[in-house]
Amino acid sequence: MAHALIEKYKGHLLATALTAGVLGLLVLWLGYQYRDFITGNVLLYTLLKIIAILVPLLLAVAYLTYAERKIIGYMQVRIGPNRVGPRGWLQPIADAMKLLFKEIIFPTNANRFLFVVAPMLSIAPALAAWAVFPFTDTLVLANIDASLLYILALTSVGVYGVIIAGWASNSKYAFLGAMRSAAQIVSYEIAMGFALVGVLIAGGSLNLVEIVEAQQGSFLHWFWLPLFPLFLVYFISGVAETNRAPFDVAEGESEIVAGFHVEYSGMAFAVFFLAEYANMILIAALAALMFLGGWLSPFEGTWFEAWFAWVPAIFWMLAKTALMLLFFLWFRATFPRYRYDQIMRLGWKVFIPITIVWLVVEAAAVMAGIGPWFV
Amino acid sequence: MTMPLSDFLLLSPEIFVLIMACAILVVEAFVGKRIADISYTLSQLTLLVAAVISWNMLDTAHAVVMGGTFVHDPMAALLKVAVFLIVIGAFVYARGFNTSSGKLTGEYYVLGLFAVLGMMVMISAHSLLTIYLGLELLSLSLYAMVATDRDSGNGSEAAMKYFVLGALASGMLLYGMSMLYGATGTLDLGGIASALAEPGENSLILVFGLCFVVVGLAFKFGAVPFHMWVPDVYDGAPTAVTLFIGSAPKIAAFAMTMRLLVESLGSLSVDWQGMLIILAVLSLALGNIVAIAQTSMKRMLAYSTISHVGFLLLGLIANTSAGYSAAMFYAITYALMAIGGFAMIILLSRAGFEADKLDDFKGLNDRSPWFAFMMLILMFSMAGVPPTVGFYAKLSVLQAVVDVHMVWLAVVAVAFSIIGAFYYIRVVKLMYFDEAVSDAPLETSTDMQIAVSVNGLLVLALGLFPGGLLTLCIQVLG
Amino acid sequence: MDFERILFFLFATVLIYAAGRVITVRNPIHAALHLVLAFFTCAALWLLLEAEFLAITLVLVYVGAVMVLFLFVVMMLDINTSPLREGFIRYLPLGLGVAFVIVSEMYLVVRARNFGADVIAIPERHPEGYSNVKELGNVLYTDYVYPFEIAAVILLVAIIAAIALTMRKRPETKYQNPAQQVAVKAKDRVRIVEMKAEEKQ
Repeated sequence: MAHALIEKYKGHLLATALTAGVLGLLVLWLGYQYRDFITGNVLLYTLLKIIAILVPLLLAVAYLTYAERKIIGYMQVRIGPNRVGPRGWLQPIADAMKLLFKEIIFPTNANRFLFVVAPMLSIAPALAAWAVFPFTDTLVLANIDASLLYILALTSVGVYGVIIAGWASNSKYAFLGAMRSAAQIVSYEIAMGFALVGVLIAGGSLNLVEIVEAQQGSFLHWFWLPLFPLFLVYFISGVAETNRAPFDVAEGESEIVAGFHVEYSGMAFAVFFLAEYANMILIAALAALMFLGGWLSPFEGTWFEAWFAWVPAIFWMLAKTALMLLFFLWFRATFPRYRYDQIMRLGWKVFIPITIVWLVVEAAAVMAGIGPWFV
Repeated sequence: MTMPLSDFLLLSPEIFVLIMACAILVVEAFVGKRIADISYTLSQLTLLVAAVISWNMLDTAHAVVMGGTFVHDPMAALLKVAVFLIVIGAFVYARGFNTSSGKLTGEYYVLGLFAVLGMMVMISAHSLLTIYLGLELLSLSLYAMVATDRDSGNGSEAAMKYFVLGALASGMLLYGMSMLYGATGTLDLGGIASALAEPGENSLILVFGLCFVVVGLAFKFGAVPFHMWVPDVYDGAPTAVTLFIGSAPKIAAFAMTMRLLVESLGSLSVDWQGMLIILAVLSLALGNIVAIAQTSMKRMLAYSTISHVGFLLLGLIANTSAGYSAAMFYAITYALMAIGGFAMIILLSRAGFEADKLDDFKGLNDRSPWFAFMMLILMFSMAGVPPTVGFYAKLSVLQAVVDVHMVWLAVVAVAFSIIGAFYYIRVVKLMYFDEAVSDAPLETSTDMQIAVSVNGLLVLALGLFPGGLLTLCIQVLG
Repeated sequence: MDFERILFFLFATVLIYAAGRVITVRNPIHAALHLVLAFFTCAALWLLLEAEFLAITLVLVYVGAVMVLFLFVVMMLDINTSPLREGFIRYLPLGLGVAFVIVSEMYLVVRARNFGADVIAIPERHPEGYSNVKELGNVLYTDYVYPFEIAAVILLVAIIAAIALTMRKRPETKYQNPAQQVAVKAKDRVRIVEMKAEEKQ
């Protein structure tokens, strides 16, 4: 359907793309001309920086959906989307178009205000969390002191979108999904928080930049090694927090249709979709930052260090994030969905004890000064 | 800031009880099913050892440690020992209660230990912060204990009332504390006392804060007009919990009042004396008169508690060191009498039947003359008949009041305790002169019977030789 | 009026509005959501006070965890508040009267004379490298270590109480034992029988 549409409006699309490109170049040139004015005006400059983070992020979300379909396709010996554009590259654009033009239907007796607000509550924290995210040691919008805590707080707020959506829809499937999701997210937040406590003990700071700097040395200095159980717990909890397979009981299409967003269509649905994928990227990027040395080169401290010195730091950051994202997709292709009580058991009876025990071990290691991490 | 190890040594009872409570929790979870009474035995052991530790600290000099939040003085040591011994008794009775009703779980003892810890924190508090936290620790444990019997409507109602009113009282106390903090700029009790010593303009705020503090204390004591929760909670809670609530926490409440009103707000004594007089007179009047109308033993004892609180407050009103030691003596001996009184209910209960009606005591003499005698001693002691300990407790309090020329207050107190004697002696009459309703033999365990006997004899012995405890009370406050 | 002051008044207005709506709104879920809003704006106000650790923790704990569970329960219970509101109008004059008396009394006693800006010094702005988190940690683990530990014990008691009061093994509840499930071997469930193919009759 979508590709037929694209075929039909090929000319229009091409014209739009061209115009957009020309306009973009124009804006860049203008920005360059007036750079002193822009950097002098704090508000405008910050706004531009926010756009510079958000636009690539949204593009990344779009192509993450494409990557997901392609990768899972190959894992299942299929080809995946290959019709729209060369090798299916325009598929995400086509999907976005479709969703944009769809009607948003309000269910009977739905709470209209909350129904509309819910997707916004879902996406706002997912995007706002990036405000303190350091892409490299200098490339960060706001290098605040408690950035780790800030991100944890904001990701914990994202659950409201899900709960409110489930409740405002006035549908039992949506409501069940919301209840499941609320319990699940709150449960896994505890394990996640404990894992982060381990990171901040090791890094000696709540500031993400300092946490990465504490991992300097070689890839053996990165925190994945001394905090390996916490790394696993963090990442698995992250999968659960984002309601991704195999923990996607909040959607659980075989049990409760599509869970909390079953009544959503069009753009409202797309916003939920965006939030979920933005959160995935965030979790993956945070895992890269806290356990895999962030923007530090994996060849640091080895013989190849000089060979790769020319690679910009942000490349390593993005590469590690992409690696973690691959795991998200891989999990989805591999594991069957957990049953709800199994999820709860895993969170409360396995992860939380593991993290607590490892915190004690780590604290002992810090007191003993076991190197090279805790000296 | 460094903390030498000797600072922590002063906290050794607290640390010991905390570690043991956590350990018992784990032990109960893993082997509680296999080894019967494991948490009971360990809890009693904990309390015993803690009592020995505290007793040995009786002579340790007064010291304020932990950044000024913890104080050790002889009063604290003595009160802690008293709390431990009373709770040991309470646990023995609780086990007896459990064998007849089976309503308690292992958590009772753990929660009880945490409540003890809360009382210890209150007793040794030297900062508004620790007083409040100790109080919350105690209350939270008690709320949970009251709610143990979930299936009973009365039990749930009691837990709910206790929780809501307790939260309200905590709020009042906290509000008063915030005023004190605002006016003096410190949370430290000693700091508040020295800030008050200097003449300032904030006295209005201080009195305002004091009002709320006194209201909060009165709530926790159950003094009229803040007594509404007492009868319902005492009646609704399982008897084992009632006897816990009715005994040791009164000692802690006394300590809290000493710390707050006497040690830190001593220079406002004129203001709080007036408030306490109103509370005391109302408590004496209402407690003693309404108790007459009760048919339930637990409710009767609840109202009797209210009247005893009135007496206890008299000692504080005297505002002399003799008055404080009299109040302290009163608090400790009252706790002893209270657990004895509630223990009698447990003693008469059996599986599926709770002897919480006054009529259940009819003709006890025919069924068991010895325990009827024990009950007689307890009732006489509560009424204040010589030669039981209740008499000396009342006497020393009244003496302290008369010494500061508040004779009218003493007269009022005596008048109401004579009215009160009626309902205590009615119990005696029921036991000795009425026909028994049932002739079922008492079927309680031996240790329960021994404990009740020891409890009753102790009440008698302390009445015959009150000197030791009285001088101890005077010494630790001197 | 500088930017910070504008922000203060903005957040203060939202906070008061949200707090007011918590008690006036009809739907309990809307009330809970307004409470969330109130917590959020409160956190923003704390940020203006340079208490960023407390502000973020408020969001993390109250908004992120406590209120979620609260909403969870409120949504599940489907409370009908109309019986609770019966007599609201009837008691309103009395309530307003009592409130008025209390407020005026408090005004007379507390009032700005004692806690106003001219009595209490305006807190100084912290220098550039000031870390709220570090300072708080320093005080919490030295001066206030004893209250801090007691607070921890209180939370432990809360956990014990919650579990002791709610966890009852009911015989009619069906549940799996994951340890047993995991321990199952294929040979416990499937018996492989070797037999010759039977000849066609």
